[in-house]
Formats: sequence, structure tokens, C-alpha cells
Amino acid sequence: MTAMLEMRNVSKSFAGVQALRDVNFSVEAGQIHALVGENGAGKSTLMKVLSGVYPAGSYEGTIVFEGEERRFRDINDSEALGIIIIHQELALIPLMSIAENIFLSHPPSKLGVIDRDEVYRRTRELLAQVGLKESPDTLITDLGVGKQQLVEIAKALSKRVRMLILDEPTASLNEADSAALLERLMKFREQGIGSILISHKLNEVARVADHITVLRDGRTVDGIDCRAEPIQEDRIIRSMVNRDLAHRFPERSAKIGEPVLEVSNWSVYHPIHPDRQVIKNVNFGVKRGEVVGIAGLMGAGRTEFAMSLFGRSWGTNVSGRIALEGHEIALTSVAAAIDAGLAYVTEDRKQLGLILADDVRKNITLASLKQVAPGRVIDDIAELKVASDYRSRMRIRCSDVYQETGQLSGGNQQKVVLSKWLMTDPKVLILDEPTRGIDVGAKYEIYCIINELAEAGRGVVVISSEMPELLGICDRICVMNDGAFVGEFPGAEATQEKIMRAIMRNERSNGNGAVEAAEMGGSQP
Amino acid sequence: MTDKTVSLPEERRHGSFIKNNLRNYGMLMSLIAIMLFFQVMTGGTLLQPLNLTNLVLQNSYIVIMALGMLLVIVTGHIDLSVGSVAGFVGAVAALLMVTYKVDYTLAFIICLAVGAAIGAAQGYWVAYFKIPSFIVTLAGMLVFKGLALAVLQGQSLGPFPSTFQKLSSGFIPEVLPEAGTLHPTSMLIGAVLALGLVYASAKSRTREVSHGIEVEPYAFFLGKSVVLACAVLYFTYLIATYRGLPNVLVIMSALIALYGFVTRRTVIGRQIYAVGGNAKAAGLSGIKTERLTFFTFVNMGALAALAGLVFAARLNTATPKAGLGFELDVIAACFIGGASAYGGVGRVGGAVVGAMIMGVMNNGMSILGIGIDYQQVIKGLVLLGAVCIDVYNQRR
Repeated sequence: MTAMLEMRNVSKSFAGVQALRDVNFSVEAGQIHALVGENGAGKSTLMKVLSGVYPAGSYEGTIVFEGEERRFRDINDSEALGIIIIHQELALIPLMSIAENIFLSHPPSKLGVIDRDEVYRRTRELLAQVGLKESPDTLITDLGVGKQQLVEIAKALSKRVRMLILDEPTASLNEADSAALLERLMKFREQGIGSILISHKLNEVARVADHITVLRDGRTVDGIDCRAEPIQEDRIIRSMVNRDLAHRFPERSAKIGEPVLEVSNWSVYHPIHPDRQVIKNVNFGVKRGEVVGIAGLMGAGRTEFAMSLFGRSWGTNVSGRIALEGHEIALTSVAAAIDAGLAYVTEDRKQLGLILADDVRKNITLASLKQVAPGRVIDDIAELKVASDYRSRMRIRCSDVYQETGQLSGGNQQKVVLSKWLMTDPKVLILDEPTRGIDVGAKYEIYCIINELAEAGRGVVVISSEMPELLGICDRICVMNDGAFVGEFPGAEATQEKIMRAIMRNERSNGNGAVEAAEMGGSQP
Repeated sequence: MTDKTVSLPEERRHGSFIKNNLRNYGMLMSLIAIMLFFQVMTGGTLLQPLNLTNLVLQNSYIVIMALGMLLVIVTGHIDLSVGSVAGFVGAVAALLMVTYKVDYTLAFIICLAVGAAIGAAQGYWVAYFKIPSFIVTLAGMLVFKGLALAVLQGQSLGPFPSTFQKLSSGFIPEVLPEAGTLHPTSMLIGAVLALGLVYASAKSRTREVSHGIEVEPYAFFLGKSVVLACAVLYFTYLIATYRGLPNVLVIMSALIALYGFVTRRTVIGRQIYAVGGNAKAAGLSGIKTERLTFFTFVNMGALAALAGLVFAARLNTATPKAGLGFELDVIAACFIGGASAYGGVGRVGGAVVGAMIMGVMNNGMSILGIGIDYQQVIKGLVLLGAVCIDVYNQRR
């Protein structure tokens, strides 16, 4: 059988970072092709190249679709040929009806006036095709996530579809909705539509995929023909994570002391969907001088857990107990959390960590202005001295402390954020993706800082999606999945495969586990 | 650490200093240029003592409200209701003092409290209910315009007790023997103020130098101090040759100094800018963003009330039309003065200069006999132009 899509030797880099290297990828008509890999392996980048989000010329290599070489300038070009991508974040307009959403860009019309009868007739057809029993008039906001996903697919089908790309389509669906969606996918296969399925859930992949391609660090590292050989999850996991530790980590001799932070029976609900329990009655602790890693896939609930601890800055209906240095405390606001000795370095330093238009000095002192402001009046010279002190201690490269933080590189911005939190003299620091978007040299410096913090007797929690990083710097690694801790390893014993296996084991039993946890949460006061 | 300041060649330092400060002083230069222009065009009428005094009296309430509006805009909000609130408070003042013969001090305090309460009511919806300030204060604008009409029953109400009138039309009492047309007390205050300003900036410069902080080049410092002192002295001289310093100018100057200090040097000031710059980051740094937003509105309400009292005292009557359109002048003053519509940026000095630019243009164009029609066209274009220049400068 000849391939419907062939991507040959595709390479793509962003500002010096190689996201894809010589990737070869092909999909046949009527095939479900699964694309798996770790966060940041290059799956989304590859799909953006295919759909024209990254236009021809911005990458190397060729795309051949239905026998011809294609050079897509934008997403409209690929859609015209029937390559439809459905993103993880749904692109529906919540306050419009199903029908309006499906025919948003090209509504059937006569002389520029939308033909409502035709819109409704075709919407009903499409909804029947995807198996969604809803009136075309229903507003998107009144639908659950699973049904919204089906509307997205119906929207895709309203165009001419030859190839459907689904990015983590079941990430936010429950078991039944996921099964229904996969069923739908198999129907499309019968109609000769090619599908690319990006998923972390290997059990789903095993159920429907005809072929599996594993990406790692921007390369294709394995291809499995599922019709020819039985699927071995171990092999997939090994392919996904097995790599040399590319980074070096500073030497570390841990002197671990008394527990400094203890969290028990912590439960958090989603702020917009208050019936969804995001953190499911978890227990967690850090000791003085200890670096604890939290591993997990995107959406596992790690950031939500950290932010809910930090003065309930995320979620509703937060319950559970926190004890700092053995004393139980209630942290009902961020200010209270800071005063108690907790610091949270956000994963999104531009949106949540820094005031980019303000200078380095103002950003560093923002969370502890009282220290340089006796009587609520800022002593600008004391402030300048503190800021300059951090600048030299953390080796922040800037022209002076009056430079706008928006002008600094990612690594230096991160050091400014770290300085801000060090100035609050925290007992426990939670670092959320502390090296995201930072070059290798600056990463090493951040690791050194983390070591120094632990050596000074602080408890450090590192949330990271880069497993080698966790393995390199942590004394203990906790694995989170679907809002619960599903594994824990001492740093010396942990391996990427063990972590991945803990996640995958949990993903498989997800449906039951989630229900049980939700019931337990429901009985809590 | 800080004690090794990099010393650039003198010339380059001057160059970079001018570039860095152009934005801060740009609007002040524009104000001076506009004043010179009208001074020449009106054949010297603009800076005549009588006209200058009137200029201050006419614009005092705009400046007072601009101080509060600046904080509101810095937090990323807007208050459209200030004109109506000022008018309403003027009406309440008339009701209390004229109809019910309440003592003017008590009435004054009640009016400020009413203003603060109005600000609190609006700030509550904006800060805690997250209703866009544009909508809340648009509603407030209608409500208080209507309430002013209701309180006054469509009639003008006056006159006020003479002591209350002094708030706007009074001048500081003369305690020294008069010397011709010059009022020596006012002149003395001006001289003390000029010397005080120079002394304070010299002291802060010495302090910075002693800590090894890079400061502006000495020539600039000297030049700036001399120009500042001369400007203050000349301005007081002009005012002193008419009837001396108006009471309202004293109040206004004290407020400008207070708000300048609060925004630049205090924790609460810094936090207000942080909320406007990035509310989420500020919140995650332990700043109580909602409470701060709420207080900027309370503050705005109180200042709008003060402005309403000043305006009523000046007209010596409360009219249902008082305060009409003030909000536009006040908001324009802040934006002309360099505040950003996205929040986080803006200076008290800028807002004051912006208000004075509007005031001088109103006054100058009236003297020149330009009709109210084209005055508005020109003011609108100046507002657009000033903001365009600002946006252009930021992109560079």
C-alpha cells in the first residue's frame, strides 16, 4: 500500500534549539497512526509542520501528500487538502451554538445571508455521523468536555477530511467518552481516512493503532507495525525515555534533617468545574535540606497541587492539613503563605512570575518590600543594595539593576524570580519547571542554586517534566498522575523507566481509580 | 558591588542621560512650549498675574481629580463617574450648608465621607466582583448625575457661607507689612519652597553619591536646580503681585507633594504599580490586589468630592450642571501626562503637567477668542497626538 502522507527528513529548530532532527514519518490511507513520546519530544512541532502552522521554508525536509510534494504557507492550505488538526485545547466559542461553531468560517449562504435551514440540516447530519445526540441549537458551554470534543470532530468533518490529527484527544475525557471517541476513530478508518493520534495513554494506543512511531528528543527512535507484531508496552516506554543523560549535574551531598513541610489528606477542586476533584486527598512531605522531585505528565495536577498549597492560589473547596516545622497552620492567602515561609516559583515566569516592564530591583523586592521599607516608606538605597547584592550573588547578567526584566534572557529572568523568593527567606521553596526555556549553561547554574538552598537547610520541591533533571538533582522523586501520587522512589533508585511505568500503570486503571478517589473526596467535610 | 560605578566618558554619559530622561521631561517641555506660544500670541496676557491666578483657580479641581485618576489608571482601570460625583457632592454640600445651615467644617467632612463611600461602592463591584470599571463607573456617572438633579430639584442652590467660599476664592492671609502690590508672605513662602526643593535634591544627590550610586551629571543637576528654583520664584512673584497665593493652590500643592511621595516612595505606591503591571504576578507575590484596587476607588471618590467642593465654592452655588464633562478633562490629563491605558505606568508629575497643558490651552484659546467648537477639536487632537508620541516612544 502506498503512503497517503510522507514526511521526509524533516528538521526544525527554534533559536538554536533543535526541535526535530531528520524525522521520517508516513501514514497510509485508512490507518490509525499513533505518535508517542515524552513532553517536548517534538510531537506537536511535527504536527504543526504538517498542518502549515510553521510554513514551508521555516523547516527543512519535504512533505508529500497524496502523491505530490506540498508546500503549505498556512493552516488554510493544509485544510484545503483535507488535513484537519484538532488541538488539545478546544477552539470552540463557548457562547455560540453547536451549529454556529461548526459552520463558523464557511457557513452555507445565499447572497451573503446565512442559510439557516441548510446549516441545521447539515449540522444534524454531522452530529449523527459522530454519534452526538444534541440539538444544533445547544450552546457549547452547556456541553461536557467529551461532547465538545465530538463537536470539534464534527466541525472537522464539515470540511473535506482526508487526514485527521488528534492531539491528546482523551486527556480530559472520562473512560466512557474516551471509548466512544476511539470507536468513532475506527469508523473513520473504514472510510479510508488516515488518522494521527497523539496520546500518552498507551492502553488506548494499543487498542486502536495500526502503527506506532516513537519520538524522542526530536528524532524518530522506533516504529512498530502493530498488525505484524504484538505490542510491548515495555519496549515503547524504553524507546520513549532511554537516552544518555545529556546534562551534567553538580555534585551533591545531602544532609537531610527534620521534616519541614507536611501535607496530609490534601484535596482540591477545579475552580470552574467545582465537581471535578483535581487533587485527590494526597499526602506529601519535605525534610530540611532535602530536594524532592515531583514527576508526572502534563495535566497530572502538579502545578495545581503546588499553587493550592501556596495560599490557595488555585482551586476551590481546598481541604487538608499543612504543618510547617511541626506546627499546623492555615494558609488562606498568598501573603500568609509567604509569611509562614513558603515560596512558589511559577512555571510561567512571564505571565505569573515577573512584572516585565519593571526593573530588576523592583521585581526582586516585590514580595518582601517590608524589609527595605521601615514605616512603609521605601528606603531606596537599602533597596538598591539588596538588589545589587542578589545580582552579584545569583550572577544575574544585566546592565544594572535598573534594567527592565523584559529585556533579560530566560535564564537571567529566572534568577530574578529566584532572588525575589530567596529574599523572603523561605523554609520551603517549590520550584515549578525551574529550567523551562533556559539554555544548558544557565540550567547548570540553577541546579547549583538549588543545591545551595538545600545545603542551607531549606526544603526544596522541584516540579519538572524533564525526567533526567529530576534524576540528576533530587534526593527523592514522587510521581503524580491524575491528581494523586502513584509512586515514590529514592533518588538513587529511580530510573526514567520506573517513573514512566508508574504513570502508565495508573493511566491504565484510570477509570476506576478516578471514581474511587472522587467518592472518597465527596465524603470529606 | 555598588561601589564600583562604571564611569563612562563624560560626553556619552550626557548623551545617554538626555535620552533616558527625554520621556520624563518631554511633556514638561511641551507645557513650556505651549505656554510660550500663548504668551506670545496673547501679547503677554497669559502670564499676567490676574490671568495666572485665574488659571490656577480654574484648573485646581481638574488637578485634584487627576491625582486620584492617575492611581485608578495605573491599576489598569478607569473612572468615568468623577464629574457626576463632583457635581453630586457639590449639591449635597449646598443642601447641608444652605438649606440645613450645617456648620461648614462638619459639612465639609460629611461631603468627603460621601465621596469616599461612593468610591467604595463602585470599587467594591470593580475589585471584588470583577465587573469592568468602565461599566461600573458609567453606571455611576448616570446615577450621580441623576441624584444631583434630584437633590437640587433642578434648581441652583446658593449662596454658600462666606468662610466656605474662601476654600476657592480666598487667598492666604497677609501677616507681613505690604510692599506696594507685592504680597510679601506669599513671596516668602515661594522663596522658602524654592530653597527647600534645591536643598532636598542636593541632599539626596549627596546621599546617593556617598553610596556609590550613579547619579545624573553635575552640570545637569546644577542646571535643573537653577531652572526649578527660578521657575518657582518667578511663578510666586507673578502670583504675589496680584493677591497672593490662593488657598486652593496651597491645598493642591500639598496634595501633589503627598501623592508624589506615596507613588514613588511608599510600599503601597509600589504595590499599586505592581498590580497594574501584572496583577497575577503581584497576587502571587503576596500583594492583596483586590484590596488595593478597592482603595484606589475609595481615594478617587474622596478626591472627586474635594474637587466638587472646590468647584461649588468657586461658583458660590451648586448647579445641576456642575461637573459636566470633568471626567474627560481629568482622564485626558492623565493620558497626556504619560499614563498607560494598559496600567502599570504613569507619574503624578505627568498627570499634573497634563492637566496644566489642558488648562493653559483652554485659557489661551479663550483669550485668543477661538470658539468653544474649535477649542474642543484642538484639545482632542492634542490628546491623540500626545498618546501617539508616547506609544511611539515605547516601541522604539
